[in-house]
Amino acid sequence: MLAWTIYISFLGVLALLLPKVTPRAARIIALLTAVGGLATTLGGFLHRSDGTMITIIRVPWIPSLGIEYHLAADGISLVLLLLTGIVAIAGVLFSWNIEYRTKEFFAFYLALIGGVYGVFLSIDLFLLLVFYEIAIIPKYFLIAIWGSTRREYAAMKLALYSFVGSALVLIGLIAAYVVAGGKTMNLFVRPRFPFPLHFQMWAFPLVFIGFGILAGLWPFHTWAPTGHVAAPTAASMLLAGVVMKLGAYGCLRVAMTLFPRGLDSWGFHVLGFGSWRDVFALLALIGIVYGAMVALVQQDFKFVIGYSSVSHMGFVLLGLMTLSQVGLTGAVLQMFSHGILAGLLFAVVGRMVYDRTHTRDLAMLDKMHLYKFIPFAAATFVIASMASIGLPGFSGFVAELQVLIGAWSAFPLYAIGAGFGIVIGVAYTWRAMQKAFIGEAEGTSADHSLPPISIPERVGTLVLIGASLVIGLYPQLLLKLVIPALNSPLFSNLRKESW
Amino acid sequence: MTVGYSELFRLVLPEVIVVAAALAVLTTDVLFMRNAGTRARFAIGAVISCIGCVGAIAWMLIAPQQANVFDGTLAIGPQTQLIQISLLGIAILVIGLSIESTFTTHVGEYLALILFATTSMMFLVSTQNILLIFISLEMLSLSLYVLTAFSKRSTRSAEAALKYFLFGGMSAAFTLFGLSLIYGLSNSTNLIRIASAIRGPSLNPLLAVAIVMTVIGFGFKVAAAPFHFWAPDVYQGSPASTATLIASSSKVASFVIFYQVLVIGFAGAEGRGGWGQYIPGWVPVLAIVAALSMVLGNLVAIMQTSVRRLLAYSAIAHAGYILLALISHAQQSFDALLYYTITYALTVIGAFGVVAVVENQIGSDSLSDFAGLSRRAPALSFCMLIFLLSLAGIPPLAGFFGKFYLFASTLNAEPQTLGILWLVILAIAMSTVSLYYYLQVLKRIYIAEPPPQAAPIRTPIVSQVVICLIALSIMLLGCAPNIFLSWLQQAPRIARF
Repeated sequence: MLAWTIYISFLGVLALLLPKVTPRAARIIALLTAVGGLATTLGGFLHRSDGTMITIIRVPWIPSLGIEYHLAADGISLVLLLLTGIVAIAGVLFSWNIEYRTKEFFAFYLALIGGVYGVFLSIDLFLLLVFYEIAIIPKYFLIAIWGSTRREYAAMKLALYSFVGSALVLIGLIAAYVVAGGKTMNLFVRPRFPFPLHFQMWAFPLVFIGFGILAGLWPFHTWAPTGHVAAPTAASMLLAGVVMKLGAYGCLRVAMTLFPRGLDSWGFHVLGFGSWRDVFALLALIGIVYGAMVALVQQDFKFVIGYSSVSHMGFVLLGLMTLSQVGLTGAVLQMFSHGILAGLLFAVVGRMVYDRTHTRDLAMLDKMHLYKFIPFAAATFVIASMASIGLPGFSGFVAELQVLIGAWSAFPLYAIGAGFGIVIGVAYTWRAMQKAFIGEAEGTSADHSLPPISIPERVGTLVLIGASLVIGLYPQLLLKLVIPALNSPLFSNLRKESW
Repeated sequence: MTVGYSELFRLVLPEVIVVAAALAVLTTDVLFMRNAGTRARFAIGAVISCIGCVGAIAWMLIAPQQANVFDGTLAIGPQTQLIQISLLGIAILVIGLSIESTFTTHVGEYLALILFATTSMMFLVSTQNILLIFISLEMLSLSLYVLTAFSKRSTRSAEAALKYFLFGGMSAAFTLFGLSLIYGLSNSTNLIRIASAIRGPSLNPLLAVAIVMTVIGFGFKVAAAPFHFWAPDVYQGSPASTATLIASSSKVASFVIFYQVLVIGFAGAEGRGGWGQYIPGWVPVLAIVAALSMVLGNLVAIMQTSVRRLLAYSAIAHAGYILLALISHAQQSFDALLYYTITYALTVIGAFGVVAVVENQIGSDSLSDFAGLSRRAPALSFCMLIFLLSLAGIPPLAGFFGKFYLFASTLNAEPQTLGILWLVILAIAMSTVSLYYYLQVLKRIYIAEPPPQAAPIRTPIVSQVVICLIALSIMLLGCAPNIFLSWLQQAPRIARF
């Protein structure tokens, strides 16, 4: 049944392409499609008590090459499907005011969502790659047509970075397919026939970096801030909320599952690194600290959130590199948590503030005393930013804590560094909040006729805050799915003795 | 094996039907239609030509033949018939797109030449005799030279034809020289006998010269760098339907015969082109040509402002990718080559169809004239989106599977050492570059604002139908490549090694 998340999304695209769809009808179709996707996911979610892998559909697709149309979901996919469903609905609600080429906007939007659902459900790697690349093109058009600051540059940069990433993945996967005998690309079958060690040693970093580009892996993250800033609100919500998770998901599901021994020690040391694991853990740490420090000095409100995404995604990648149950669980939870909270932050900046004041310059906002005019936005921003810097009770706390615990046993020094990153996170969030909403600078106050916060915005905010709060208060809801999934045979080659 | 005339007639009946259709078009046009308008003449001529092509296809489907007569002079099997059917299908599409042309009043001659070119391609792919290969190749080239020059009022067309003719003549000389050396070395004109004659432990210097000459000759034909200089001018200057024919079916036929000559005829002189595993032979020569084509085609395409020239450079790049199939010449390579070239041909026909419609309405094919096309012709723009994304290799379109299949079969030639991996990596990297310039076109179509007071673009109904059909089939072939693949694999291969 979960497969219908994909089909519903693409049916929504088709419905929008029909002639004579009015903008109003387009919004409603998009909302219904997004709700349908979430309802389908929730159906699967309530149905499942454990997180083991369950095949949804498996039919031969290209038999002569051993490629199957194979969709399956385990706990990790379910968590990310849920995230996609929630962010998709919120994104539609926050783009209710799109008037320019509305039909096309939602058509591209739903095509992107459909591709994302597809990636999270694919088990055949060829199929996964197909959905992964389907998601690239809508992103380009969403940013280039409806975006703001330097939109064409940012859109092209994002498209090319994504395509370079998928090219690296393609090289790795074709080589893996051929080395394995050219019989199957199914992830279920592969781990039983491990690849030769020397092959894993070069294929692993290739595929990991390929996916890592989309996950904001430093130094390949530069598409993220420009892309987020240029994108229209709903697209930045999807980019930060879901698309970056595609990359992290690919790192875990493809790179680490297919080539687990690529993480083993090289047997020698270069510059103090003994394995790819050390290299990527350091890159993740640099991402955390660098993203936070750059966010601290930004003048554009959206750039602050954009760089904070790089920082928070660093936690996901660090969690993956701990190779411990607690660290990996933390990484998956962080994907969920950051997806929700980054979506919310971009909604505040892009929709609530920018669409009303038409500026994102913190120095300008400083003079506007926005908390007086749009208190709802100010309150939402406070809650979202507190949640994302790890206020207990929200999802961010559970997630980053677990990553830090995992990192502490694997790389104690890096754990301290990551903690340092959190402290800078508090600083940049505080600075942005103060400047944007409760500025003390004297100056012309904003025009008193700012439009009030609309109902779709309020609903979207409540959905996102609610999701973060529920998971923060009752993380067991996701943990009971994620932990069995991590203990499944699929990850058996990854597990160390200590697990 | 000796055959009677009736037997021979049965074997070449598809070609005979097409030639008969060509003559019928010519006589009808000359005798009865002199005073009719160009549009009516094109319509009648196109109908007759299409009836001929459909008749030939129907005959091949109803009575499939399998024969090898006169020592490989005519070698027909299910696979060659599949290729011939594809060539005829392409001819039908090209004729469908040319139906609204106004550049010439010599309608009968134009359509007849398209059919003659198609006939020569059909002969080209169904022979293993180097003499007949050369004759068919020349017949094809001569038809194409004339077709290129057909727009007599355009100086561009004349220039393109002259360039094409000079380069083509030179390439024919190279091919002929190479093939005559081969004949001298092997004392045979049959590809299989040539292979057994030239097989030896080391490369004969004369054979090396012959190989290089032949590669140069065919390299011109498929527009691989550095033998590509005619391509941009011809793509830009010739009438749209001629350019379509050159870019599509002539590519398919030339690549098929290129594969046959090298893989069957020069078997035993392959050599190796793996990274650090160099052995002289035709594989390393082709590897260099392929690498050059990919790099040059993709990088130069970035700077083009004319969409036709952009498609020309992208064709050079695609020729580079397709050469991978020759370089690996493994079990699945020929299937991959057919899938890739045929889907590529379809895509290019569609893209040229869109360009032709825009040209007819706006008067030029420069990038800026595509601005805001999505607001002026939504259906046409959506088809162009599909064609260009398929060329870039974005799933779920045919181009993606074509690339995947091609690269996988290339690596599959040496699954243990992955010898040719460097070339596959280059190809994938360069296809990333290609996304940039395809997006440049799509950017104009979808993102730029249309010029003020731009009227909607009227698409001729036949072109509209043909373009939409092609777009649909590209989506279908991408989503369910198995349809085509199982057809390919049912046909026992002609190329036995």
